[in-house]
Amino acid sequence: MKIVVTVKQVPDPNSPQRLDADNTIARDGDVVLDPGDACGVEIGLRLKEAHGGEVVLVSMGPERAREAIRKALSMGADRAVLVTDPALEGADVNTTARALAAAIGSESPDLVVCATESYDGSTGMVPPMLAEVLGLPQLTFANHVEVNGSTVSVHRQTEDGYQVVEAPMPALVAVTAGIAEPRYASLRGIMAARNKEVRTVGVADLGLEVPAPAETVEGVEDAPSRQQGEIVEDDGASGVERIMALLQAAKVI
Amino acid sequence: MYFSDAHQELRLHIRRFLEREVVPHLEEWEQTTFPDSIIKRFGELGFLGLRYPIEYGGQGGDYFSAVVLSEEMARAHCGGLGMAVAVHTEMATPPVLRFGTEEQKRRFLVPAIRGDEIAAIAMTEPDAGSDLAGMRTTARREAGHYILNGRKIFITNGARCGWCLVVARSDPAAGHQGFSLFLVPRDTPGFHVTRTLKKLGMHSSDTAELLFEDCRVPADFRLGPEGEGWKELMWELQGERLIAACGQIAGAQAVFEYAMQYAKDRIAFGQPIASFQVIKHRLVDMANRIAAVRALVYETCARWDAGEYPVREISQCKLLSAQVAVEVADDAIQILGGHGYMSEFPVERAWRDARLARIGAGTDEIMKEIIAKTYGL
Repeated sequence: MKIVVTVKQVPDPNSPQRLDADNTIARDGDVVLDPGDACGVEIGLRLKEAHGGEVVLVSMGPERAREAIRKALSMGADRAVLVTDPALEGADVNTTARALAAAIGSESPDLVVCATESYDGSTGMVPPMLAEVLGLPQLTFANHVEVNGSTVSVHRQTEDGYQVVEAPMPALVAVTAGIAEPRYASLRGIMAARNKEVRTVGVADLGLEVPAPAETVEGVEDAPSRQQGEIVEDDGASGVERIMALLQAAKVI
Repeated sequence: MYFSDAHQELRLHIRRFLEREVVPHLEEWEQTTFPDSIIKRFGELGFLGLRYPIEYGGQGGDYFSAVVLSEEMARAHCGGLGMAVAVHTEMATPPVLRFGTEEQKRRFLVPAIRGDEIAAIAMTEPDAGSDLAGMRTTARREAGHYILNGRKIFITNGARCGWCLVVARSDPAAGHQGFSLFLVPRDTPGFHVTRTLKKLGMHSSDTAELLFEDCRVPADFRLGPEGEGWKELMWELQGERLIAACGQIAGAQAVFEYAMQYAKDRIAFGQPIASFQVIKHRLVDMANRIAAVRALVYETCARWDAGEYPVREISQCKLLSAQVAVEVADDAIQILGGHGYMSEFPVERAWRDARLARIGAGTDEIMKEIIAKTYGL
């Protein structure tokens, strides 16, 4: 079974998040493998261990994204494709999905595993758009994944519990961040990752045209800081009524 | 300079593993000692064989990969568990790799690296500590076996080991040339754990007194040639002292950082106590001593890794790191004041744990004797 896992390098969630002058996310500080993607890699590796085959990483980003790819290779993925091109800088979700789809399509995988959303942009739109461009059934919010023969089955997390959703492969699965604890890489894994193939492809290699972004961020403002609440003094008479009224007005009770 | 980005990546994995699977249990293990299953977990993740050859289940790394593990254990205030792991990976097993036969490596080293068998090393005796050559445990040869008789004391992992590397006199008349090393499986008849000992610190590890009573060990389990035990032991002690120094300095660094953060946060007389010159300068003194000794420790690790045998510098590392660890822990308690004396703050345990460093693996006084000897004094 060939499994493609999408991975992304993101600014370290433990560092303060910044924007560049053009309102795109600043990527020049500390960067890490997206923690959600690490869970995707873990699922890919478990499926490979259970069913055989290979785990191929596909990423889009600057050259520097190799660092994040190498982290995922250290965990045990077999090889990687990095889509990198100056034309893709600041790409919106549409362009991102089309570029990833072009790279993934040429791999003809049985299964594509994505995180539900990235830690930085958090649009959550790339996995469904990717499935659409690739023409694959999509199984989203998966917190459990199983493969039986040529069928993939997931537990699709809902507010109340989960739905069991199945699809024939090839298919795309978007997993939740809590699906599995990413494994610790061994020193051997870390050393082996240095010799694994990371192939880079550009827009021209993929035969891709990059349209102008359909959406740009024009301005960013801080959320209004929280106002001080009303303090109700307990005067032994009307305090409870006042609090009840406030809670009802807030539709809490 | 000494750590590659592969080392740093390994460091982050070890750190995350410790944060998730070790640190939450440390306080409990201080009361109960750690479960053997955590050593098995270290083995599964390859952390017990970082610098051992791949053919024996190791990870094939260099000495600095072992330094990374030691530093991260110290950084997480692992104390007794850190010592137990160091005894296993840097004291009991290195002589098997260096002096063992292929069969011995398969029988003893491989399960130790996997974490299936915990390893211990027994040299100290009730009447032979600094005067190590005064060891009285004997190994009498008899029909393809050695019969071990004697007592060993202060043996880390002694009560839980799968096998123990035991130093004994195979020829009582031959002085330093009369010692040999023996790999003794725990289930060998005559291998008794007479008691586990209570101690000042390192509570999460077990410290045993052992009795060998007509303990029959196959001659095949003798490590290295008969009569070479003293030389082998002296080599082992260099690695033991060097990894101890790495752990002590990293532990001192963690204690320093804790005390510094406390001093920045703690308000007294209307300002953070770190702004008072007496506290500020004390913190600087702590940092300076750590930095200086760490530089010597890293340089010496690089020489050891390159195959040199720098006895003077290893002894200096061991001596200075132990002194710095004890002083820094003491300074930290002083900065924290009453809080520092309380068990709910980590410096109290660090102070108790660090005190061992000036005794274990050779006392301060023995280190000075060795250093003096290298100068022909």
